[in-house]
Amino acid sequence: MDRNQSRRQLTAMKQSLFDQGLLDEQFVQLEELQDDANPNFVEEIVTLYYRDSSRLISNIEQALKERTPLDFNKLDTLMHQFKGSSSSIGAKKVKAECNLFREYCRAGNAEGCMKSFQQLKKEYAALRKKLEAYFQLARQAGPQETACRSK
Amino acid sequence: MEGFSISTSKIRFLFLSSPIPSLRFVELRGERQKKLLNLKYVKRRHCRVVLFLFVFCYCFCYYWVGLGWVWFGSPNRSMNLTNGKGSMSTVTTTSVVKSTDAVSDQFPVGLRVLVVDDDPTCLMILERMLRTCLYEVTKCNRAEAALSLLRENKNGFDIVISDVHMPDMDGFKLLEHIGLEMDLPVIMMSADDGKNVVMKGVTHGACDYLIKPVRIEALKNIWQHVVRKRKNEWKDTEQSGSAEEGDRQPKASDDADYSSSANEGSWRNSKKRREEEEEVEERDDSSTLKKPRVVWSVELHQQFVAAVDQLGIDKAVPKKILELMNVPGLTRENVASHLQKYRLYLRRLSGVSQHQNNLNNSFLSSQEATFGTIATINGIDLQTLAAAGQLPAQSLATLQAAGLGRSAAKAGAPMPLMDQRNLFSFENPRIRFGEGQQQHLSTSKPMNLLHGIPTNMEPKQLANLHQSTQSLGSLNVRVNAPGAQNNPLLMQMAQSQPRAQMLGENTGPRVPRHPSSLGQHTISNGISNGILSRNGIAGSNRGPAFNPAPQSSSLLNFPMNQTSEMSVSNTFPLGSSPGISSISTKGSFQEEVTSGIKASSAFPSYDIFNELRHQKSRDWEINPGLTTYDASRHANSLQSTIDVSPSVLVHQGFSSTQQTSQSRDATMIGKTMFSMGDGLEQGNLQNSGQHLNPLLLDNSMRVKAERIPGSLFPEHYGQEDLMSALLKQQEGIGPAENDFDFDGYSLDNIPVIWLMSNILQSSGSSLDAQDLE
Repeated sequence: MDRNQSRRQLTAMKQSLFDQGLLDEQFVQLEELQDDANPNFVEEIVTLYYRDSSRLISNIEQALKERTPLDFNKLDTLMHQFKGSSSSIGAKKVKAECNLFREYCRAGNAEGCMKSFQQLKKEYAALRKKLEAYFQLARQAGPQETACRSK
Repeated sequence: MEGFSISTSKIRFLFLSSPIPSLRFVELRGERQKKLLNLKYVKRRHCRVVLFLFVFCYCFCYYWVGLGWVWFGSPNRSMNLTNGKGSMSTVTTTSVVKSTDAVSDQFPVGLRVLVVDDDPTCLMILERMLRTCLYEVTKCNRAEAALSLLRENKNGFDIVISDVHMPDMDGFKLLEHIGLEMDLPVIMMSADDGKNVVMKGVTHGACDYLIKPVRIEALKNIWQHVVRKRKNEWKDTEQSGSAEEGDRQPKASDDADYSSSANEGSWRNSKKRREEEEEVEERDDSSTLKKPRVVWSVELHQQFVAAVDQLGIDKAVPKKILELMNVPGLTRENVASHLQKYRLYLRRLSGVSQHQNNLNNSFLSSQEATFGTIATINGIDLQTLAAAGQLPAQSLATLQAAGLGRSAAKAGAPMPLMDQRNLFSFENPRIRFGEGQQQHLSTSKPMNLLHGIPTNMEPKQLANLHQSTQSLGSLNVRVNAPGAQNNPLLMQMAQSQPRAQMLGENTGPRVPRHPSSLGQHTISNGISNGILSRNGIAGSNRGPAFNPAPQSSSLLNFPMNQTSEMSVSNTFPLGSSPGISSISTKGSFQEEVTSGIKASSAFPSYDIFNELRHQKSRDWEINPGLTTYDASRHANSLQSTIDVSPSVLVHQGFSSTQQTSQSRDATMIGKTMFSMGDGLEQGNLQNSGQHLNPLLLDNSMRVKAERIPGSLFPEHYGQEDLMSALLKQQEGIGPAENDFDFDGYSLDNIPVIWLMSNILQSSGSSLDAQDLE
């Protein structure tokens, strides 16, 4: 029925997210933490993540715009925090970009940092959209939808 | 039926009017009567049976309900009770065996974890994961908050998980602090998996390092660190030669004396006992293995500190320290790393409180946190007091033990310093004394009633009071001085000592004459009023302010007197907090001490004494937010400080110090007591009494649940004297004497309301006082 259809859609969507490398194992872990007592746990976490990380993103942006000799240490620290958050929700691509950014920071490559950061923001936004759609579908599919590995 | 009833009434009338009741009774046994009686008997029996069954079922149900409540007790309870593994193993009495089995089966369920991370996402995920592992989780997103949480609840957590990179404090610094102060296992975590960071974690003493993103599987096993640490501590205490295999439990009680808090000791005790069976084999196995690291137990740390003191903190080098300590199995590296930690700790402390010179003297590893808290208490918040309460309890226990000549006194050197400090602190309360008095005046409306109470003894009593307070101070000082291991405690004692010495004499003759019946308090209230007013101390206002206290104290004393046992546990049946009991003991102390001191100078001390009490009540009121845990700690400390408190109370210097700052209270064992007592006394006595009642009841309950430190028992020795004095007091006859004795009490507020009613009933006649008895 409708519900089954929604569920199938949901599963498919999740699968694609995994296949595209947007999400990794950690996301599965989060879904496993979700149960009847906490039916929207993953959604809550992701929402929290986006709220908190947007602050971090703006900080990094600020730091990048500040002055020409970039403060790489500060950037590294900020990015470290961002990386920690992103990895906690299983944002694979975002995490990869973070690592790249930090490499550039350590190398002192300002341009590399800038580029990497732009890419990171793109990935970040893309993931956000996809997850929003995912959760919307999940709500439609009903509370029965819990973590089940589609892989 | 009517006829019957009429006849019975007639019969009854006849019966009553009959000159020979027995005959009448025989007459009553008419046939009808017999029939009715039989009928009634049958009915009654039937009813009785039914009633009995009903009551039984009712009780039965209540029992199980109560069990259930106990079983799923409040988080505080489960946290505060012995092992934090849920309330299961601690409270239920019937299923002790079952509960222990349950605990061992269910371990590590209920493991109390503190998570510190500035990232809210991670924090939430971790919390969820830990909850799934059936642990008790507390979140914290700031390191400072986490530290204060840990300090407040000394025994509240089993393990800490902390992020490395945090904005307000470096994770490794937090790790250091926790290791020094609380000695809890700490797990570091970070998204950073670089080797140097991990190495840093290891060198700073983290028991584990997790890489983010943390998986739930990694969290499932964190209990192993708790177990391992405890095992190492146990072994380490064995290693240091202070405990033997067979004496584990008595040793645990010794630990209770020396460790930072009664709770911690009891926690360790219970933990050790509980795990003893579990770990016997493990221990055997591990003893054959090489021990990875030395755990700095309290005794070991004491030795370390002693060695460092001997050498001088600047000149202390690990090699020399090692030689001085002379502990087998300890390496120079161990000492060096510990010295480093110690130095960091001292640096931190010296920045906080520069006047705490004697910190080093009583520097106990487990006590460090409390101690530091105590040191920084000036201006206090009661929370630190609560934390400090643990320390005072312990130190008090030690002190008392020492006072009784049982434990080695380490107070020799600090004493002179303390004296100076005491004198200094003594000054301050004086200044505030007047202030406090006024406050009391405003709040003590009902006290005015006492004005009318006739007082015969006034001048004499006043003198006696002074004497008693002074002698009491000296008495307590003597008891406590030798054992003082904590500076604050020593301070207290030193304070009382100089005073007592100044006054000299007394205790002997008056002691038996200190009746402390409740009735007496009414009289004494009046007397104290009279005395105060007559002597012109800060105006007659003080009288009323003072009265409630005596009343409460006498109320307390009364139950105390009734029980022949000495310990604080007597107060439990009263439902009053141990503080109250301690206060009453204080009162008794005073009575003991009061004997022929006839110094007019004693009067001010008496006022101060009252003032002190009042302040105490105020403090108590201020701290309604104290967790039961804290309260129980206070209770513990109060219990243990029973001996001390009277001296503290009595001693002018003490009372003044008490009044001046909560910090003082906090630092000293008496402080914890005082804070309770002060809280009791200060504010509106009646109001506070009201507040206190539920709190105290609650506290007393919790105190009951908690393990009463074994160290209390040595105190019984001194308390016995108190008790005998109290009993004697009760038996005392003369109202004047009673009044006099009662003045010494001026304690808590809780019974105030009751007292007031009593006072009203027995409007000031000495006979009434006796009746009340």
